[in-house]
Amino acid sequence: MATAGGYETHEHDVIIIGAGGAGLRAAIEAAAQGVSVGLICKSLLGKAHTVMAEGGVAAALGNVYPEDNWQVHFRDTMRGGKMLNNWRMAQLHAQEAPDRVLELERWGALFDRTKDGRILQRDFGGHRYARLAHVGDRTGLEMIRTLQYHAIHQSIDVYMECKLERLLQDDNGRVVGAFGYWRNTGQFVVFKAKAVVLATGGIGKAWRITSNSWESTGDGHSLAAWAGADLIDMEFVQFHPTGMVWPPSVAGLLVTEGVRGDGGTLKNKAGERFMFNYIPEFFKSETADNIEEADRWYEDKSNRRTPDLLPRDEVARAINTEVKAGRGSPHGGVFLDIASRRPADYIRKRLPSMYHQFKELAGVDITKEPMEVGPTCHYMMGGVRVDADTTAATVPGLFAAGEVAGGMHGSNRLGGNSLSDLIVFGRRAGLHAGLYAKNFGGQLSVSAGRLEDLAREALEPLTRTGGENPYALQAELQDTMHTLVGIIRTESELKEAITRIAVFKDRARKVRVEGGRTYNPGWHTALDLSSLLTVAECVTRAALERTESRGGHTRDDHPYTDDQWGKVNVVVRLRDGGIRLSREPLPEMPAELRALVQERK
Amino acid sequence: MATVTMRVFRGDPKGGDFREYKVESGVGMVVLDLIHRIQATQAPDLACRWNCKAGKCGSCSAEIDGKPRLMCMTRMDIFKPGETITVAPMRTFPLIKDLVTDVSYNYEKARSIPPLRPKPPEPDGTYRMMQEDIDRIQEFHKCIECFLCQDVCHVIRDHEELKGSFAGPRFFIKVAGLDMHPLDTREDRPEFVRKQAGVGLCNITKCCTEVCPEHIHITDNGIIPMKERMVDEFDPVLWVVRKLRGAGKPSA
Repeated sequence: MATAGGYETHEHDVIIIGAGGAGLRAAIEAAAQGVSVGLICKSLLGKAHTVMAEGGVAAALGNVYPEDNWQVHFRDTMRGGKMLNNWRMAQLHAQEAPDRVLELERWGALFDRTKDGRILQRDFGGHRYARLAHVGDRTGLEMIRTLQYHAIHQSIDVYMECKLERLLQDDNGRVVGAFGYWRNTGQFVVFKAKAVVLATGGIGKAWRITSNSWESTGDGHSLAAWAGADLIDMEFVQFHPTGMVWPPSVAGLLVTEGVRGDGGTLKNKAGERFMFNYIPEFFKSETADNIEEADRWYEDKSNRRTPDLLPRDEVARAINTEVKAGRGSPHGGVFLDIASRRPADYIRKRLPSMYHQFKELAGVDITKEPMEVGPTCHYMMGGVRVDADTTAATVPGLFAAGEVAGGMHGSNRLGGNSLSDLIVFGRRAGLHAGLYAKNFGGQLSVSAGRLEDLAREALEPLTRTGGENPYALQAELQDTMHTLVGIIRTESELKEAITRIAVFKDRARKVRVEGGRTYNPGWHTALDLSSLLTVAECVTRAALERTESRGGHTRDDHPYTDDQWGKVNVVVRLRDGGIRLSREPLPEMPAELRALVQERK
Repeated sequence: MATVTMRVFRGDPKGGDFREYKVESGVGMVVLDLIHRIQATQAPDLACRWNCKAGKCGSCSAEIDGKPRLMCMTRMDIFKPGETITVAPMRTFPLIKDLVTDVSYNYEKARSIPPLRPKPPEPDGTYRMMQEDIDRIQEFHKCIECFLCQDVCHVIRDHEELKGSFAGPRFFIKVAGLDMHPLDTREDRPEFVRKQAGVGLCNITKCCTEVCPEHIHITDNGIIPMKERMVDEFDPVLWVVRKLRGAGKPSA
């Protein structure tokens, strides 16, 4: 490998790409199978996106409302996803989440407590009962730290600041490893493995206003697609209704749904609680249509739920409409008011990091004045198509868990269901990847020529003359996705986006960066463009295909939900260098589960 | 919009120096915004770590005008107009490039701490813990592992020879949190803190507490109780007295 200056090789039974909640939980479970495990993260350990999760982890523990159980959680999840969820994933998730949360407690996590010393649970959108185990508004930090400190005492090799560029496959198409580089030296590295778990999180960096960090560049989605795996539900992108809107430097930063769960309400500039004007037919029977009932609901669940806590897709669209109609706040959002509804001490105790964040970054005291909030790109429902029980993708040797996997959340995820998804399916991915690796037959063979090609390709941005600035290209893509493939979509704009993405792909091949290979963010940004562009195109094409509105996909030109579309997933495949779409039927739900979902309140 | 002069360290282990960049600042901006702007327009290979840009992940630690801070939580409007702002990497850790340092020392120390050994659960398989018994540990759990306390601690900063036998403030509160954990059954934590973690070397100057972006009372609520526990281990009379009086309350 003269051109690339060589590469080092590591070999494991199982490698896990991504060390957020799902990756860490997968690594712990794989190590428990007695196989050798490599855990690879793009940042330092403990900095993954899970650390930013705020409100809580949904699990029907029944500590606050004993009438809660997995069946109700399952029902809420399916209805929140507008019935497009993989029913089996939603079932396993609802059934196993309580055990996974209790396991975290056994590993040292300290959730806030009820008066009798159990795990306290809070209200969140779309959940019938107070269901989210939490630690103030920094639940993700508690989870990742617990998993991290548990994992470092297991037999797991951790590789930090390592970015993987491509999966490696043998002649039979089996995934047998991955190729990438160390961010701090720029040197190449090859991981050989009998099984690979993707736990790479989301794609939010393809949009301008986002709650996601630089890491969310769709790496796992793209690695899977490039290896020939199916992706599903790529049209469903969640815009969280409440991101910060001011000042510009923090626009998009998340404001936890816990603000509304703990009593905060949304208001327009006239002071009107506008969510009462946006209750969809689908949720009428379970949503309060007057202020008195909505306010009673916090204490007495025999009332119907406040429309402030409708699922996120509904609230985000409502805010979008209010702002467009000229009823927004001064900086283009709406008001989120908890100051006038709860005592200052309560707010500081329940929402310490929101208090801190607004005080330090916006100069706003949320115990005294309302926040200004608006939608921000937050979560990818779509992802790698997996077998519900084993998390196996459609190419052998590949598994996926967490945000990178599709199906669990259907067309819209409920708040709190992500952290539980991570630990339920992270565990399953680690378990089944471990079992698969134990039964692996034959040699781990990777083509040297292939590695040579990958290395040469990766170095090109450093050696070209002239060319494009990767940061500028990334920003243009983000603008395009934001204006043309945002909350409200329409055919002409989606087609325009596809045209622009094609131009971006061409320009990405001309990107040039200065400097060398040592910790060079310009080079890293250039290399991340290929995955960002791949996921951007997958989302846009799938969004064009689905001619209805459902969950995180709203078509201005097809504003209604169509029952026929409720029976199919849009499946995205890369074949011969191009994207192929097909509509494929959802798995058939058993009658007893169907009955649960159809049950009125 | 105003033009600001940023003096940013550029270099690697072989050497380096500060370089000046003139860059536009805007309403509500933080130091990290300006670093990003420099990357996007003037120095694409300027190395810095960051993730959440919200003070939650602890990645963008640096020394700003000599003070250890998170770049994402340092607002530009705290500086005087026209002032040149100096951004340097954390000095305590070996330099990789520009603002990025090798913080593996911290990950090694993390691994050296004996993990929780939980007591058996209640008959129903779950645990009961009272909120007031975990308040102080929850304070320690706010730690975002930015390692600014480690950076400022003079034992680590100025005594390379002590690194092997000293864990530093971040890990003192980690051990303190485990020692106070209602479920933990290990008895050897005071001994660990004394022998392996070297808490005796700390002379309580509270520099760590001062730089903590999470405002954790590292010294008062973590280090001092650990030092007392160490003493208790040696002095049975004191131990009994303290047990009878009950553990001290958190100071905030």
